[in-house]
Amino acid sequence: MLRFILHRLLQAIPVLLVVVTATFFLIRLAPGGPFSADKAVAPEVLHALEARYRLDQPLSAQYLSYLGDLLRGDFGPSFRYPGRSVDEMIFTGLPATAELGLYALLISLLLGTAAGVIAALRPNSAQDYVPMSAAMIGICLPSFLLGPLLILVFGIWLDWLPVSGWGNVPGDKLLPALTLAAGYTAYVARLSRGGMLEVLAQDYIRTARAKGLPEWLVVCKHGLRGGLIPVVAFAGPAFAGLLSGSFVVETIFQIPGLGRFYVQAAFNRDYTMIMGTTIFFAVLIVAFNLLADIAAVWLNPRLRQQYRKPAA
Amino acid sequence: MNARHLAALLCALIAALGLAGCGGGETRVETGNREQVLHWGNGTEPQELDPHIVTGMPEHYILIALLEGLVLKDPATLEPIPGVAERWEMSADGLVYTFHLRADARWSNGDPVTASDFAWSWQRALTPSLGNSYAYMYFAIRNAEAFATGKLADFGQVGVEVLDERTLRVTLDHPTPYFLQLLDHYSMFPVHRPTLEQYGDPYQRGSTWTRAGHFVGNGPFALDQWELNKVVVVSKSPTYWDAARVKLNAIHYYPVENVSTEERMFRAGQLHITASIPPDKIAVYRKEAPQLLHVEPYLGNYFYRLNTQVPQLADPRVRRALAMSIDREQIVEHVTQGGQQPAYTFTPPDTLGYTAPPGFAYDPEGARQLLAEAGYPNGQGFPPTELLYNTSEGHRKLAVAIQQMWKRELNIEITLNNQDWKVYLDNVDNGHYQIARAGWIGDYVDPNSFLDMWVTDGGNNRTGWGDPRYDALVLQCAPAALEREARYRCFRDAEALLLEAMPVIPIFFSTRNYLRQPGVRGLPANLLGYPLFKQVYLQVGDVQSDD
Repeated sequence: MLRFILHRLLQAIPVLLVVVTATFFLIRLAPGGPFSADKAVAPEVLHALEARYRLDQPLSAQYLSYLGDLLRGDFGPSFRYPGRSVDEMIFTGLPATAELGLYALLISLLLGTAAGVIAALRPNSAQDYVPMSAAMIGICLPSFLLGPLLILVFGIWLDWLPVSGWGNVPGDKLLPALTLAAGYTAYVARLSRGGMLEVLAQDYIRTARAKGLPEWLVVCKHGLRGGLIPVVAFAGPAFAGLLSGSFVVETIFQIPGLGRFYVQAAFNRDYTMIMGTTIFFAVLIVAFNLLADIAAVWLNPRLRQQYRKPAA
Repeated sequence: MNARHLAALLCALIAALGLAGCGGGETRVETGNREQVLHWGNGTEPQELDPHIVTGMPEHYILIALLEGLVLKDPATLEPIPGVAERWEMSADGLVYTFHLRADARWSNGDPVTASDFAWSWQRALTPSLGNSYAYMYFAIRNAEAFATGKLADFGQVGVEVLDERTLRVTLDHPTPYFLQLLDHYSMFPVHRPTLEQYGDPYQRGSTWTRAGHFVGNGPFALDQWELNKVVVVSKSPTYWDAARVKLNAIHYYPVENVSTEERMFRAGQLHITASIPPDKIAVYRKEAPQLLHVEPYLGNYFYRLNTQVPQLADPRVRRALAMSIDREQIVEHVTQGGQQPAYTFTPPDTLGYTAPPGFAYDPEGARQLLAEAGYPNGQGFPPTELLYNTSEGHRKLAVAIQQMWKRELNIEITLNNQDWKVYLDNVDNGHYQIARAGWIGDYVDPNSFLDMWVTDGGNNRTGWGDPRYDALVLQCAPAALEREARYRCFRDAEALLLEAMPVIPIFFSTRNYLRQPGVRGLPANLLGYPLFKQVYLQVGDVQSDD
């Protein structure tokens, strides 16, 4: 297992280097710079700004000095928010985004698995069609539509929940978490239904039933372990996706998270901020994929066996 | 995982999300009304709170609460009223202003606000290394431009002189009737030197002096809290010289970028006032809750730039034909629908008593004739031309309407192209366009703010058009005129030349559209959308807004 983890960690280094290099040069190819504005900027002001942020140096020198800073863990100052460093902005925005992503992940795993298992128990019956149709709607409904709909119903008509904010008043985290979770819940439901259907047809399940075990024990103990492998494989990348894809939900619900910086940075040509957030999310995606792989190995006895023996 | 674990997890999740104990109760606006706390929708997250670095409106609304210049503006008339300076004199030739600072002006840490504070702050604001985009606001002052562009190193030669700690003398390069207005722009606000020196290099970006806990200001409010992307809180400053007249206890500024989110927050009683309103909601509010909707004239316009270097647009007759064939009444009534005024001149009506010369009229027949004279009878032979705008639903709707009008009236084909904001800026700046959408908001109420941009090779011109006669009128005739009427005559002659050559097509004059709870008082409408926060207060109960 350790071998497997080390191997995967070494693989991550070239991946991240490619991400850093490609992002660095691609954003500089994009027309318009961080300091272009509607009102003309005087040439001397522009020179001062470019000198301040080393943009007056050749691109290769900028790239090398950026890599140097990066190795020291310094993402540099934000161009758009001159009084703040990119590090500070990422770590200010991260808690809200991580919390939102975690709630959304938990909601999608709980509701999605429950729906998937219920559907798999009686395939091609109403018990299957109802949750799976709901899941289909969940996949199709984009968050920029679902969010305002939920706000309209629960925030404005019923006046049960706040329409925006994060951690200001009780209950303001529920609607954003549900909105972000909807699409993922639906995926989880479909994945767990498929996984369960496959597992429940296996011989060892028949054996368990033949032993006279009650049905809930068969499903929960023997069925879930195998049936949830696809869900586990999905959960890691899904969490990274929830973190990096929360821009729309953060904007609709006015949440002070990272997603807004990520997207706004690109519009503003805030080079250092684009680099910082992209690298940060790339690291997250690599890390969660690795965690998902480890979990899959742990859940699947056959894979575990394979990694126990050193390769010939 | 068994059913028991599942249930426990579900319960924990519901508790974490705080589902229990929500709904009902007093809204933020109601609590604010009782406690005199104003909840202000402020558009975007402020870039900074350093008045010599920032450039936007969200920063403006926060900085006018935290800092105060020599002079303020009366929000009802926009005439100058005393700020840190209790009185001032102007020399007969309009070149020398002497400001007498009040004895009781204080920084929020108790230090007196002195003439040296202003002189040092202005020197800092003009220092090239800071990269202040608004340095040009100072250029009326003698030698300020030379200092800001690095041609002059000695600030002693700039026309700013400390006579004593309570007297500041400013010498101008040329008479500038709007000079007092500029003093109320944040780029001319003072900053507290010891604080800036404590938290980094005052002449470079990247200092932390503007953080809550560090910030020392001299305005009616002091900075309490600045949570990134969440809120900026300012509370009444006890050291402010006019603290007795400040009625609000605090202002909370929310950076709400999404206009629909902002409107929902307003509807749910989370905001007293919004920065704007979704255009499609204007009609709804006008019908259902007109007392909440505010549509106020604004010192800005919307126009199309024409690249005069493009062959088919090089002929002024073609440019005039394009301008004359747009039915602006239709546009403001059916497309923009926000109370805008059709524009037939470039300068907005009654810009401090200035009235533009009669421009042109909607005249499709005359337009067709001009186009024929230019060699394109009934649009024949007119090359395909592209209209560029930055991606936005509002700009698109307008572009489609105008494209159809040009097709119908002139029989010419215009294609539309939308680009991301920064790409659009880059292309317009480099002249890589044919027709491009644009807007302008005056920095101060004076025709100069709208007309000096069209001088030959001016940074904001970007049309390739230039006329030495126009340059002479704006750069020599107007600054030399001592009487207002003579000065306005220069501007009128200049604007007549501009409208004759038509390198830009004015479309409409802007309005500022926003939502406001009825209890907010002391915010009279004005052309700049300028609030004097020390006069603002909140009235509890059901009231009709009358100001």
